[in-house]
Amino acid sequence: MQLRSWTPSRRETMGLGLTALLAAALAPCLVMATEEAVAAELKKLYGDKPMADGKIKLDLPEIAENGLVVPLNVDVESPMTDGDYVKAVHVFADGNPLPQVVTYKFTPQSGKAAASVRMRLAQTQNVIAVAEMSNGTLYTAKAQVKVTIGGCGG
Amino acid sequence: MAIKSKPRVKVPSEAKAGEIVEIKTLISHEMETGQRKDSTGKTIPRAIINKFTASFNGKTFFEADWFTSVSANPYQAFFYKASESGEFTFTWKDDDGSEQTASAKLTVA
Repeated sequence: MQLRSWTPSRRETMGLGLTALLAAALAPCLVMATEEAVAAELKKLYGDKPMADGKIKLDLPEIAENGLVVPLNVDVESPMTDGDYVKAVHVFADGNPLPQVVTYKFTPQSGKAAASVRMRLAQTQNVIAVAEMSNGTLYTAKAQVKVTIGGCGG
Repeated sequence: MAIKSKPRVKVPSEAKAGEIVEIKTLISHEMETGQRKDSTGKTIPRAIINKFTASFNGKTFFEADWFTSVSANPYQAFFYKASESGEFTFTWKDDDGSEQTASAKLTVA
């Protein structure tokens, strides 16, 4: 395992930091999404289908110092067999200019309905995940992240 | 903005049948949101990678649609249940229509 190749050098880190500062300085966000925007996106996807709490583990920092890079890990409980697996997972952030963050499509070959990504958060807000099971059942989970320096000038 | 450098992928080269392996990928990209303005007040147009696909021996097993909220230099980790030897193909699709791919071999003992 070459873990070392993943560690940015000092120069790269400095560069990223500078880029981040510049981005923050240049990026006043005009319009923010709201809970309604997230609800509207969900309505487009699934209509008025009911959603149950549970099954989803949202792994997020409680406090994100840098809103430009917030680690997000979603893990949905499922046997991931041909007859019972997680089809899709949608992640939304209700305080970003655009609510969508990422949409995953899993298959039984995924083995695990889990994935990690890094996202931008413009301000302190809720991150919402919705999972669609192979039988059509929907589950949802929500977590709040406090953002110290927003990913968008806030 | 076109894709600049080669994507990096970390996958184990060997696995037992039925083993769930973790795959980590990283690609260099600005992921310009389309929300920012330049110094003259003009909006910088959106330019992101909007889709990531992972397949094994030609069969897609994981897809991710990325939106503007995904950080610059996107990192994506996910899993695959090994069953046979073969090759992974990873594809990143840019807003400008360009594509970047990477591959990795997996031997199942």
